[in-house]
Amino acid sequence: MFKSGTPLTSLAITAGGLIGFFVLMIGLVGVNAVLLQTLDGLSKGSAYAMIALGLTLIFGTLGVVNFAHGALFMIGAFCAVTLSKFLTLSKEVVDESKTDFLGNPLKVNVPYVNDLFGEATGATIIDWAVPLSLLFAIPVMILVGIVMERGLIKHFYKRPHADQILVTFGLAIVLQEIIKFYYGANPIPTPAPSAFSGSLDFGALIGMDPNLIIYPYWRIIYFVFAALIIGAVFAFLQFTTFGMVVRAGMADRETVQLLGINIDRRFTLMFGLAAAVAGLAGVMYTPINSPNYHMGMDFLVLSFVVVVVGGMGSLPGAVLAGFLLGILESFASMREILDVLPGINQIIIYLVAIIILLTRPRGLMGKKGVMEE
Amino acid sequence: MSNSRLTRRGLLKTSALAGAGLALPTIFTASSAAAFTNEPTGSSVTLGFNVPQTGPYADEGADELRAYELAVEHLNGGGDGGMMNTFSSKALQGNGILGKKVEFVTGDTQTKSDAARASAKSMIEKDGAIMITGGSSSGVAVAVQGLCQEAGVIFMAGLTHSNDTTGKDRKANGFRHFFNSYMSGAALAPVLANAYGTDRKAYHLTADYNWGYTTEEAVKASTEAMGWETVAAVKTPLTQTDFSSYIAPVLQSGADTLVLNHYGGNMVNSLTNAVQFGLRDKQVNGKDFQIIVPLYSRLMAKGAGANVKGIFGSTNWHWTLTDEGSKAFVKSFGTKYGFPPSQAAHTTYVQALLYADAVERAGSFNPCAVAEALEGFEFDGMGNGKTLYRADDHQCFKDVLVVKGKENPDSEFDLLEIVEVTPVDQVMYAPDHPQMGGPEATLGTCNAGA
Repeated sequence: MFKSGTPLTSLAITAGGLIGFFVLMIGLVGVNAVLLQTLDGLSKGSAYAMIALGLTLIFGTLGVVNFAHGALFMIGAFCAVTLSKFLTLSKEVVDESKTDFLGNPLKVNVPYVNDLFGEATGATIIDWAVPLSLLFAIPVMILVGIVMERGLIKHFYKRPHADQILVTFGLAIVLQEIIKFYYGANPIPTPAPSAFSGSLDFGALIGMDPNLIIYPYWRIIYFVFAALIIGAVFAFLQFTTFGMVVRAGMADRETVQLLGINIDRRFTLMFGLAAAVAGLAGVMYTPINSPNYHMGMDFLVLSFVVVVVGGMGSLPGAVLAGFLLGILESFASMREILDVLPGINQIIIYLVAIIILLTRPRGLMGKKGVMEE
Repeated sequence: MSNSRLTRRGLLKTSALAGAGLALPTIFTASSAAAFTNEPTGSSVTLGFNVPQTGPYADEGADELRAYELAVEHLNGGGDGGMMNTFSSKALQGNGILGKKVEFVTGDTQTKSDAARASAKSMIEKDGAIMITGGSSSGVAVAVQGLCQEAGVIFMAGLTHSNDTTGKDRKANGFRHFFNSYMSGAALAPVLANAYGTDRKAYHLTADYNWGYTTEEAVKASTEAMGWETVAAVKTPLTQTDFSSYIAPVLQSGADTLVLNHYGGNMVNSLTNAVQFGLRDKQVNGKDFQIIVPLYSRLMAKGAGANVKGIFGSTNWHWTLTDEGSKAFVKSFGTKYGFPPSQAAHTTYVQALLYADAVERAGSFNPCAVAEALEGFEFDGMGNGKTLYRADDHQCFKDVLVVKGKENPDSEFDLLEIVEVTPVDQVMYAPDHPQMGGPEATLGTCNAGA
C-alpha cells in the first residue's frame, strides 16, 4: 500500500510547495517566527494526524465513515480525568484551625494514596496522573472500540454511507451527553507532571538571544509521542503477519476470506486499535487544554478534512495532511498574515481542502477506486 | 360613476395584509381584555427564567437557576429571607409579589440567540410569563432584550458584560444589574498601573464577537490613558480551542503584558496555553511578563486550575465580600446548596428581587410602571454597596471588584482574592459615551404590549 507512482509525485509536489511557502514566509515575517510557527504547527498537527490515522484505519478496513471518532478522542481524555479523580479520592479531615465559607470548621480532603504510600510518594503519583492514564486508557479504549463495533456499527456495514454517518454521529452525541451528565459542562483541569511545566528556549539552546523561540515542553512531548504512535502503527501493519493479513484484506477482502482467514475478526481488532490511538491522543492532550465534553466534536470536522485532503483510505496521506494542515493553520493565525487577509485563520483549512480537491480529486495520496463505486 | 377603484389586485393585497395582521402572534397585538401583556389575573404570577441549561455554559446556567429558586422561595416567605432582610427597600413582605404567589417556568437558552429567543417567546406566549430574566452571554442578552421589548414584558438581564446591552442596544424594557466592559477597564487600569507601572507594552488577544470588541476597546482606552502602549490586538475565532499559534508570537513582538479578552471556555484555554508557554516566568524589557484577564468568573477559573494564580481581573461580585447583604446571601445559598454562590447566581438573585420590589413600589405589574419604578432607583444592601439603576440607559452603577487569582487557595471555591473595591465614581460614564453607542443610542419607548 506504500508503493504507488502517484503518491510519490504528490509528495514531491507537496514538498516543493512547502519549500516555496517557507521561503516566502521567511521573507515576510523572519526566520524566528517561521521556526516557531512550524514547531507549533507540528504539535497541532500531531493530534490531527493521530485522529485522522484512526479514521482512515477504520475506513480502510471496515469501509465505515466513523463520525464517532472524535468521541473516542474525548473518551480517551476522560480516561485521564477519571484516573486523576480516582487517584485524588479523599477522606475528609476536619481542620479546626480554619473555617469554611459558612464559618464551620474547614473539611480538608486527604487523598487515600497519601495513606497508602506516604505524603511525598502520594503527591508524586497524583502529579504523574496523565502519563499513568496511558496504561489505563489502552485496555479501556480497545474495549470501547470493540464494543462499539460489535454492538452497533457492524449492523451498518451493508447500509449506505449516509446511514453510517447518521448512526455514528448520533452515537457521538449520545457519548458526549453521557460524559456531560457525569462530569459536568465545565472544563476539568488535568495538568501535566510539574517536571514538564514551562517551556524550552530553543533560541538559547543554539546560541541565539533568549525568548525568541520558546515552546512548551509538554507540546514537544506531544509531538514526539505522536511520532512514536504513528511509527508503531505503521510498523505493526508493515512488519507483522497480522498487519500483512489486514493489508491484504484492505486490498481484497473477498480473496482473503476465500483463503479461510477470518478477516472480520481482524478488522474488529483494527477498530479497537484505531480507538486506542484516538484515546491515547486524547489522554496526552488533556494538559494542553482542560478537557470538556465537546472536545471531540471540535476535532471531528477538522480530522475529516485531513482525511479527505490526505486521500480517503491512505494512511500516509492522513498523517502527511494532518501535519500539513496543522502548520498552515498555525501560520494563518499570525497577525502579519491576518493584517493582509483578515479571517484567513478561520477558513484556511477548508480553502486548502478545496484547492487540493479541485486539483487532485482523490486527495494528496488517495488511490483509485476508494469511495468511487 | 364611482371613484372607488376596487380592483382584483387591490382586493388581494388588502386581504393579504388583513390576513397577515390576524395571523400575527397575539403578543405583538393589542388584546382587548388586558391592559398589558400577560397581566396576572389569578392568585399567582409567573416569572420566566431563561438560562443556559445545555451547552458550554450549562454550569453557570445551573447556578443561575439555583439563585432564582432561592429568590422565589424568599419572595414567597420561605427560607431565611436572604438579602430581603438587608435590602434597603422594605416593600417586599414575603407574601409573593403584590400578594400573588410567585411561580416560575424555565427555558434553555443553549447560549444561542435563536434558541434563547424561542424559549423566551414560548414562556411569554404559552406560560404567560410576566418577566424574562437570566442568560450567560451578551449576544443572547441583546437578542432576548429585543424580543421582550417587542412583546411588552420586562427583561432583567443575567450575566452579560458587553457595553452594547445597555449601550447601543439598550431598550426601554431591558435592565442590567451586571457591570460592563467599560467599568472593567476603568476599574482595572489604576490597579494595573499601581502593580505593573505605567510603561508597559500590551498585546491583546480578543474573542471575535460583540463582547470581545467592547472589552478590548475599554481596556485599551483606559490602559493607554495611563501610558501603556498597545503593541498588537489579534482577533481569535470564538470556536478556537487551541490558542498556541496566537500565543507563540507574543514574546517575539516585544510585548511584556498579555491581555486575554476571552470569557468562558476561551478564557480557560487561552490562559492555560499562555501559562504553558511559561510567559509568566519570562522577563521582557527588564520587567516580569504579566497576563491580565479583564473579566473573571469563578466557575470558569476553576477550569483553568492553578493557572489563574496571581493574575488580575475584575468581577461583579465575590462570595468573600463581608458586607451584610453578601453575608446573608452566601449563608442562605450555602445552607441550601452546600457551596458558595457564583457571581452569576448573585446578579440573577438580585435582579429577581429588584423586579419584585419595583412591582410592589409601582403597585402594578404593568411593565411601564415597573420600568418607571426601576429608573433612577437607588438601593443598598444587595452585596455591592450603594447602587443606582440609571434612568438614561437602565444600567446599574456600583463599586467594581478588582480581583487576583489566589496563590494559596483554602478550598476549591477559594480561587480569587479581592485586591481592590473600585468606587463607583471611577467607573461612571456619560450615557452618550462613544463606547456606549454615542448620542444615537436611545432606550426608545416603553412597550406594555397593549
